[in-house]
Amino acid sequence: MYNEIVMDHFQNPRNVGEIADASGVGEIGNVVCGDILRVYIKVKDEILDDVKYMTFGCGAAVASGSMMTTLAKGKTVEEAKKLTNKDVAKALGGLPPQKLHCSNLAADALHKAIEDWMNKTGKGDKLDG
Amino acid sequence: MRKVYLDHAGTTLLHPEVYSLMCEFMKNTFGNPSSIHSFGREAKKWVDEARQQVADLIGSKAGEIIFTSGGTEADNLAIIGVAAARHKKGNHIITSSIEHPAVLNTCKHLAKIGFEVTFLPVDRYGLVDPEELYKAIRPETILISIMHANNEIGTIEPAEEIGRIAKEHGVLFHTDAVQTAGKIPVNVNTLGVDLLTLSSHKIYGPKGVGAIYKRKGVRLQPVVHGGGQEKTLRPGTENTMGIVGFGKAAEIAARELDSEFNRTRQLRDKLIQGIKERIPDVKYNGHPELRLPHNVNFSFSYVEGESMLLSLDMKGIAASSGSACSSSTLKPSHVLTAIGLPYELIHGSLRMTLGMMNDAVDIDYVLEVLPGVVSKLRSFSPLANKLTV
Repeated sequence: MYNEIVMDHFQNPRNVGEIADASGVGEIGNVVCGDILRVYIKVKDEILDDVKYMTFGCGAAVASGSMMTTLAKGKTVEEAKKLTNKDVAKALGGLPPQKLHCSNLAADALHKAIEDWMNKTGKGDKLDG
Repeated sequence: MRKVYLDHAGTTLLHPEVYSLMCEFMKNTFGNPSSIHSFGREAKKWVDEARQQVADLIGSKAGEIIFTSGGTEADNLAIIGVAAARHKKGNHIITSSIEHPAVLNTCKHLAKIGFEVTFLPVDRYGLVDPEELYKAIRPETILISIMHANNEIGTIEPAEEIGRIAKEHGVLFHTDAVQTAGKIPVNVNTLGVDLLTLSSHKIYGPKGVGAIYKRKGVRLQPVVHGGGQEKTLRPGTENTMGIVGFGKAAEIAARELDSEFNRTRQLRDKLIQGIKERIPDVKYNGHPELRLPHNVNFSFSYVEGESMLLSLDMKGIAASSGSACSSSTLKPSHVLTAIGLPYELIHGSLRMTLGMMNDAVDIDYVLEVLPGVVSKLRSFSPLANKLTV
């Protein structure tokens, strides 16, 4: 059902945990559908210095959180904003079709965390303006 | 790595005695049981023998057994067959909200084409309330279809009482006994059933074969039309090798029922006790006493079922879950929904069903592995860790 990359990220999820003094937090999903993903970012000089995630979800949710954090870490905020769910699935070598919309939400959660950071720092207004 | 199969309610391995007999049959007998010649008569002899073996398992007469392609077809034949035969008498069917999809979706199909269906609720243990059934019966009720025991949570329904109520009202009673026949005593006369569904591959027989018990005198319309096989109720040349295997499996199940009942129940209780002792924040699903001897079902707070299944599978343990993520329909278990579990606990459910392949060392192994699997998944669950930033 899942390929080897997905199983590796499921078995050894990278960057799991919380960031106590996170610059931004984003959460996506709900308990009804069965997948929740929460992302924490630490921003330093417009760069994602650290990205961590927590998840309640299936194998695809665990793996996509792991892959997303791996891809996002070290990127600039602007680069990270361009990261898509599709990019994450691609880096994982593909996900089963039925998992693509329900469990592949890690990039959306990242964008929410970035938004949170922007709102907190007032950068949202500047960027939007 | 140790392999522990805990999905016997899903399917079972072929019993070695069944395998041997099927091989012998397949090697030597190919005739069509409907043929007059010696080849046909030889095949018919085997099929007749199997019919008797299956009948003996449930205390019926051989002539009341109709072989089908499995439990699903048997459920369809019972429900659609009664609906078609009795539609002039009435158009109302009563079932429960925790039936197997083979019953549930057949009833939903009938509801679409003009029948009225009552889906009875169940209590938090999964039990149908006979009082509710009483109240649901109308003059136009033609059939009650309520499972003997539930496949997910193992709850055994009050079938005898349902049978009495059905008889009192002149309503036919069908029960899906796929999970009970061969596991607990099943007798069609004690239960008071008119129709009863059986499946071969849940009792160490081959897949692709099952049966419907039809009490003598009960009228059914066939669903599939064709020749005269199985009293015209299930036309088509018989799956002779499957039927032979099913018969042998039924014979073995009857022979070993008492010892397997006691053995699996002990293992079940050891597993239940061990989980309660070793893992915090668990919910035991199903009934504490009115329960199949081989069924264990727990929900683990804060973790999702498919992740548990994958983690256990990597350690050689095979189980199942009612989580939406682990089902092909991506819908959470209708059974766990019906007993009132919140979504988190439905997604966090784990079913382990014991059988011939298990011993006490297996249970020790599961109790060694499972706590670690649950705590690892909990360590990064946002539901278990409420850090606020």
